[in-house]
Amino acid sequence: MSATAPTATFFSSFSSKDLLFLGEAALNTLQISAISIGLGTLAGLIFGWLLYEGKLWATLTLAPILDIFRSVPLIIQLVLFFNFAPIIGLRLDPFQSGIIVLTIYTAALVAHVVRGGLESVGEPLHRAARSLGMTYWQDTFFVVPPIALRAVFPSWVGVALGVMKDSALVSVLGYVELLKASQILITRTQEPFIILLCAGAFYFALSFPVARYAAYLERKWAV
Amino acid sequence: MIEIRDVHKWFGKLHVLKGISLDVHKGEVLSVIGASGSGKSTLLYCINRLEPIQSGSVRVDGVDVYDRKTNVNHLRRNLGMVFQQWNSFPHLTAVQNVMLAPRRVLKKSRSEAREIAVRQLEHVGLGDKLNNYPSALSGGQQQRLAIARALAMEPSYMLFDEATSSLDPELVGEVLDTMRLLAEEGMTMICVTHEMGFARDVSDKVAFFHEGTIEELSPPQEIFNNPQSEHTRKFLANVR
Repeated sequence: MSATAPTATFFSSFSSKDLLFLGEAALNTLQISAISIGLGTLAGLIFGWLLYEGKLWATLTLAPILDIFRSVPLIIQLVLFFNFAPIIGLRLDPFQSGIIVLTIYTAALVAHVVRGGLESVGEPLHRAARSLGMTYWQDTFFVVPPIALRAVFPSWVGVALGVMKDSALVSVLGYVELLKASQILITRTQEPFIILLCAGAFYFALSFPVARYAAYLERKWAV
Repeated sequence: MIEIRDVHKWFGKLHVLKGISLDVHKGEVLSVIGASGSGKSTLLYCINRLEPIQSGSVRVDGVDVYDRKTNVNHLRRNLGMVFQQWNSFPHLTAVQNVMLAPRRVLKKSRSEAREIAVRQLEHVGLGDKLNNYPSALSGGQQQRLAIARALAMEPSYMLFDEATSSLDPELVGEVLDTMRLLAEEGMTMICVTHEMGFARDVSDKVAFFHEGTIEELSPPQEIFNNPQSEHTRKFLANVR
């Protein structure tokens, strides 16, 4: 991912080649977001289940840790992690650091979405499942997920789209995603208006299909 | 045979079951009547171990329900349960609702499970609603779906926890008819119920619960026509 910033002494105007540069950056945004949201959701599923089932010890240990990641601004988490990782011997590039911080951040948000989903299922349905001879795990895998998913899917989509936009903050580490690419182009062309408009359009192009597809799924599930 | 011996249960400080002893033989229908909060439903939950008990014992076909070595999931297959809130799985169609446990618990193939489900849904009169989601069924239909779902496990016993109490009055009849049908087919049933007509017509025995004890246990004609205890008399006078 070595995008070489133009080093021209004089400003040159925005060209179609720059649009391609933005497009590549948009793919970087998509990549870092998709990986973080995917991994973060997996971790969030486990954390959310622990919060739901673990009761006291989870409330005392896991919940405060997740609260920290939910509460501290992402940009501070990124800068802190990126600068402190080498101290404990981790040699990470901006992309890897961004993935790790965004993943933990997503997991902290998703954990509470998942907990809410599990709580929405309700004791009577568990009893119905168990009374049929289902084990705890059969109940957890075959009965709970579809019901919980329907209850909190819109919240999860909100988290996912939010993380996608928040991935712009990884630019502070120097990773060339959409926002960083825009900044590079603005510095060169001095045309912030058109470039930010293009960057915004790219963000929209990434979010909109997800939002529409989510809406379609919600309609399909609304039986 | 279900043998309940001196069962005590507390919810915190509340003594809900105060030494219940009861036998239900194969093929019998037992109705359990009594005021709300008298422990009737709790007793049902103690038969398939959905609730822990503090002392006493429950045996189903000789198996000690509360023995740690007893596989409770295995045991529950044999004890179908129908709840006041029918608790159908909202994301599954009627036939899928009934198929789920045979598929996942009994490991039947899809086609076998479907065959069982269709048979049981026809049994309860829902043969034309196979592909309806629960949200498209009336309360009475959902409750019959719940009965079919329990029957699909081919239980030897059926436990009904106020199966008609949440239903609109005009829907009570269809569910009672289904229960009556099961009784005629020889199913062993314990029915916690507020339907005195059903208790009188269908049961072999009626147990009157009062504040966590069985106040009276007799054949229906005796308990309804000639109640022995003062509490039973009062209760029956009020529900009539």
